[in-house]
Amino acid sequence: MKSVLGDRKAIMLLLTPALLVYTLIILIPVLWSFGLTFFTGNVLTGFEFNGIENFTRLLTDPYVHDAFWFTLKYAVIVTLFQVVLGYGLAMLYQFVLRRSSVIVRTLVFFPVVLPTVAIAILYQKLFQSAPTDGLVNELLVNVGLSSVDWLGAGDTAFIVIVIMDVWRSVGFYGVLIFSGLLDIPEDIIESARIDGAKTFSLFRYIVLPMSLPILFASFIFSINGTIKVFDSVFALTGGGPGNSTTPLTLYMYRTAFQFSDFGYGSTIALLLTVMCLIVTLFIFKSSRRDNTV
Amino acid sequence: MFTAERRRLRKPLLGAAALVSAGVLVLAGCSGGGGGNNGGGGEDPATLEFLKNAENTTTQPVLDALAAGACETQNEAMPLEVNSIPQAELDAQVQLLATQDGLPPMFSAGGNPAEGAKLWEAGYLLDFDEALTELGVRDKVAEGAVSTIEKLYGGAFNFLPFQYNIEGIFYNKTVFEENGWEVPETWDDLLTVAAEAQDAGLTPFAASGEQGWPLTRLVSGYLFRSLGPDALQKVADGDAKLTDPEYVEAAAAIADLGEKGYFGSNVASLDYDAASNEFLTGKAAMIYMGSWLLGNINGDGNQIGADNVGFFKFPAVDGGAGSIDEYPSNVGLPATFGAKTYTEGVGEWLKCITANYGNEALKQGQITGFIADEPVDLPPISQTIADEIATATDSVLWFEALFNAKASNISSTNAALLVTGQITPEEFMTLVQDALDEG
Repeated sequence: MKSVLGDRKAIMLLLTPALLVYTLIILIPVLWSFGLTFFTGNVLTGFEFNGIENFTRLLTDPYVHDAFWFTLKYAVIVTLFQVVLGYGLAMLYQFVLRRSSVIVRTLVFFPVVLPTVAIAILYQKLFQSAPTDGLVNELLVNVGLSSVDWLGAGDTAFIVIVIMDVWRSVGFYGVLIFSGLLDIPEDIIESARIDGAKTFSLFRYIVLPMSLPILFASFIFSINGTIKVFDSVFALTGGGPGNSTTPLTLYMYRTAFQFSDFGYGSTIALLLTVMCLIVTLFIFKSSRRDNTV
Repeated sequence: MFTAERRRLRKPLLGAAALVSAGVLVLAGCSGGGGGNNGGGGEDPATLEFLKNAENTTTQPVLDALAAGACETQNEAMPLEVNSIPQAELDAQVQLLATQDGLPPMFSAGGNPAEGAKLWEAGYLLDFDEALTELGVRDKVAEGAVSTIEKLYGGAFNFLPFQYNIEGIFYNKTVFEENGWEVPETWDDLLTVAAEAQDAGLTPFAASGEQGWPLTRLVSGYLFRSLGPDALQKVADGDAKLTDPEYVEAAAAIADLGEKGYFGSNVASLDYDAASNEFLTGKAAMIYMGSWLLGNINGDGNQIGADNVGFFKFPAVDGGAGSIDEYPSNVGLPATFGAKTYTEGVGEWLKCITANYGNEALKQGQITGFIADEPVDLPPISQTIADEIATATDSVLWFEALFNAKASNISSTNAALLVTGQITPEEFMTLVQDALDEG
């Protein structure tokens, strides 16, 4: 084995198929997409080199600004809810419910396997106000409040999107973090208890530091997933009303495929890539700094 | 050592390069051409493949009936094969197929008319004026429909009018009679009826803010009556701006309807079906819609009865330059034939479709832009619409008809905000004009 892995020929031979596939389906399209950022036009009218015009347009386009802030707001809020609630669930599974947590875990995880469009339709019905009130508005009316057109205004539509996306994904983060908590040795916790550690100090000095790696992983998963949000918003609100719930991904899709402006669409895609990269590097850096303390 | 290592590496590197090249060639081979037995790249098509938008459910039943009846011979020689994709993906898919020489003989295109016009300019579409004249069936297409197509798709007869719709306001006759309302002929009359309908506990106008276009149709209706039939052509030509005061006034008039609550309290999230049902269940007095609503009006879901539905033209605006006789009209999302796949066999199909589509569609209760010359008993409201089409002297388009894809999208998605007061008429028109200026 050692002689095979020490042989450059063998390494090249073993790596070539994977490298080839990676190059063809990842590297070339990415580079192609990057190249398109310097062009304008579409496949029908042809492409024309326009230098850095797409980038200057990106800086002044009010729709990009709105979509950027929506994406950022959505990513921060949903990530916080996903990870914090997921952490809470994981603690519940590990320290309260223990072995009987299986049923609760399954129930909370269930929305994760449902198709996004089905969930969006469910939430449309729940928050419906026309032609008849959905369950949420029925409850509001029953307690003496007036019915709200939840999906008819940007602010309220945002609240519904956050509730829906947290509900459908928190089970995943619960299980993910739970798997991290399982790795904390029972004897360390027992020792701390014997040394007099109460619930809060046990959490503060033992559980939290030892679950930081899985928390960082969860943050990276969540922030990257939420920055790239598309399907749930598209299915629930279509980005509206107006462009009030349009994330960058949806604006990119519309620009490239509905407005046939592939060059500018690729530029928006590049912005998304850079956002994901910055956030991931930032979290990695924070994680490393914490570990060195 | 260095030289030896480099020698050792050269062969695998060359091998890897060869593999990459082979892979690229394989992919290039897969992606190009398309063709297959459906004749991309100018080959003779073996079937009459029809790529259509999935939302269109009216064309296929008529074509199937023709394939089994009047066009049986053509179908035996070249079987009809219908494929559907979502309308939202249609423009991109057709563009992609066009550049790969993979367009089928017959396809729907131009979800946005500007995209259809681009296909024409690039030489991908058949000239029906020329082809139908050669086939001897040019007179089987209504001139009104041809005129609408020419206005929309770059000035030529390059799409077929499988649908031909006129638009106006459908109203609940019983409600009008019970309250003593006359059919409005002016905008002020319409406002009076709307106010009284609201007082009577009805929603004056059922409209879908989720779709948006039912609201922007009202803006263009007002513009055509106040400024004349060329109001939006001037905008397309750059001779006027949507932000000009007289254009903003039209948006303000429709925003005013919303402010008064004439669309109901939940217009922003009301979808198309819910809005139609609001009218067909008697909760709304009026609905602005096209003649495609006839299917629902004559269908089982109509609780107010088909005989109880009336139709009137968009009313005149006092002192306006437009005429009440200018109907907004459209041809739905029409289909066309590819120029490169037009062979003798495809021509035979085209001839048969053109000669028989009007009659077959009318039997199924559809009004199209093809001439129907066999007598058919129509429900009363369908007959009313057919008569209106027959007597119409001129047609106009609709608000987004001449817009680019982005302006069209922005117009539809912001209409609900306009009528719910979340943006002002000036802001609405500025948003759309800015998208138009981007080109």
